[in-house]
Amino acid sequence: MDLVLAKAMPEDKANAERAVGNVFAAAHGRLPGAGRIADIRARAFEAYERVGLPHRRVEEWKYTDLRVLMRDVLPLAQQPDAPALRRAQAAVEQSAFEPAIKLVLVDGMFASDLSDVARLGKGVDVGTLREVLETSTSDAMAGLVLSTTADAMISLNTAMATDGVVMTIAEGRVLRRPLHVIHVATASSASHFTRSYLHLGDGAHATVVESFVSAETACGYQANNVTIALVGDQASLSHLRVKADAADAVNISSEIIAVGAKAKLNLFNMIHSGAVSRYQGFVTLAGKGAELAVNGVNLLRETQHADTTLVVDHAAPNCVSRQNFRAVVDGAGRSVFQGRIIARPEAQKTDGKLTMRALLLSDQAEADNKPELEIFADDVNCGHGATSGGLDESLLFYFGSRGLSENDAQALLIQAFLGEAIEGVANENLRDFATAQTERWLKARR
Amino acid sequence: MPLLEVRNLHVCVEGREILHGLDLTVNAGEVHAIMGPNGSGKSTLSHVITGKPGYQITAGRILFKGEDLLALGPDQRAAKGIFLAFQYPVEIPGVTTMNFLRTALNAQRRARGQSGYSTPHFLKRARTVAKQLNIPQSMLKRGVNVGFSGGEKKRNEILQMALFEPVLCILDEIDSGLDIDALRIVAEGINAMRSPSRSMIVITHYQRLLNYVVPDVVHVMSKGRVVKSGDKQLALELEASGYAQFEDAA
Repeated sequence: MDLVLAKAMPEDKANAERAVGNVFAAAHGRLPGAGRIADIRARAFEAYERVGLPHRRVEEWKYTDLRVLMRDVLPLAQQPDAPALRRAQAAVEQSAFEPAIKLVLVDGMFASDLSDVARLGKGVDVGTLREVLETSTSDAMAGLVLSTTADAMISLNTAMATDGVVMTIAEGRVLRRPLHVIHVATASSASHFTRSYLHLGDGAHATVVESFVSAETACGYQANNVTIALVGDQASLSHLRVKADAADAVNISSEIIAVGAKAKLNLFNMIHSGAVSRYQGFVTLAGKGAELAVNGVNLLRETQHADTTLVVDHAAPNCVSRQNFRAVVDGAGRSVFQGRIIARPEAQKTDGKLTMRALLLSDQAEADNKPELEIFADDVNCGHGATSGGLDESLLFYFGSRGLSENDAQALLIQAFLGEAIEGVANENLRDFATAQTERWLKARR
Repeated sequence: MPLLEVRNLHVCVEGREILHGLDLTVNAGEVHAIMGPNGSGKSTLSHVITGKPGYQITAGRILFKGEDLLALGPDQRAAKGIFLAFQYPVEIPGVTTMNFLRTALNAQRRARGQSGYSTPHFLKRARTVAKQLNIPQSMLKRGVNVGFSGGEKKRNEILQMALFEPVLCILDEIDSGLDIDALRIVAEGINAMRSPSRSMIVITHYQRLLNYVVPDVVHVMSKGRVVKSGDKQLALELEASGYAQFEDAA
């Protein structure tokens, strides 16, 4: 990989950046929002251009060098036409599950005909980013939705986002049906950018699932999506994300979440397809006594690359965070887990734990686990652990001696290994959903 | 034809020979006890018969019902009816005992061309056998051997033996770590399975187990060979005089 980089860098870097410049210029007329919003986009794009695609000398991206893995940013996908929407529908039907309410984004555009907006109950408002940016008179709202960070890929998203889902759940409202945001790619060799927003009012309860899938013929696309979420005081949010992209797709997902006092946030993130995937979450436990549980699973084979990077910022006292990551890597796959716990000076009585375990099924498989603690408060209880290794030979022999074939024995042990992370999913239907995804992966492995 | 025939077996582990030309013949319906000091190769023999990886067979052969076993994987040997009760049963967190038992039993049945048991049929059978062995239902819902006491792990091995109904049972120090009551329950479980068509190899250090499970043949192993064979009286002699007399014979 180093060789390729060294050889290709000078020319490629220039090419990549020129390509992005062209992409932004070409897309300019298609990006919703004028005036102040257009300014935000232009500034975000400048911020992106100053650093370009993240590479291995950017610490947060050291294991996921997009200059090598992505090389350049592809042109923005066309707005999906009727045939594209029909192809998207088939993919939606495959990933939809009852009783969830579907909210579908096709090639970066909200598809109302494929969505269930009519089934939304009282106290749940769902709009689109496009509406907010084009019609909202509230600059504050637009600014919030398009808020950005120092991360280059988030800046790029701020500049390029074409649409997204804007969900607002009223105070005290308890949603019985999960909201299921389905991102479908139908266009090949194109990029799409979405920006979604979720506001969960104080005391409200909701489950939000995000799936990333592709229509049958879609290949070689790049997805860049950002979700901004605010979880109100004493609210409870379960957020599950499953990435099942096309085998040669790139998917960069970012999430910025602020959690209020005594609120509960349960995150589950699974990557089991796509050539290059990154999920980066920035969670701030902003209110006293907030609780966060994160479980992540990477299931990789061939030359897949999956990166889960999470920064948990304890900014208030008495908050609890639990991060539990599991990777199963076969072939020449590469799994990256980076987890950081920050305890700010005011975050006394912080209780943070971080566990990452990788199971390597072949000699070429690689796992990079990087746990980090940044502790500025003096009365905290924080810890981390990271392990990686192969399947236990003595367990395999025990299973074999009981009549299980090597494949079946491995499958049982892999399921057991993942079980602890999947057990962490709060909702039973969603646990079954996650288990079904791992079973599908194991079946395909045979 | 004998059920199991081991001929001139030489086995190495990491270049060091552990078994030096071992012979053993077990006929259908017989119970053989293998006794011997630590390091004499008893567990190695049980592992090689059941196909544990990591052993190099440098000479000799193992025939089961006249068929060469060495070419088969552990799962294929299990499907043919060979069972090993482990000296140290492994703990498998995340796989419930019930799920494990059902998956294993049905894998064996399918390999033999039989249909798998339905869930209700299996559950009924597993519960009945568990009750006979004084294994509480709650144990079956836990991860395989996770948090089990030494005695519970050994009973779980016998539970598997009873469910799988093997033709050749190899019991590797099934008595180690058992108190008198647990030993009696385990021995009763073993005796209940004795039949003219089923053979057993009982590996033990102590005569005590053989008071409950009375063997037809007793072998003494020392330094990787069988150095003496006899009837159950031989075990009593060993208890009285120890293994030292056989060290020279080997």
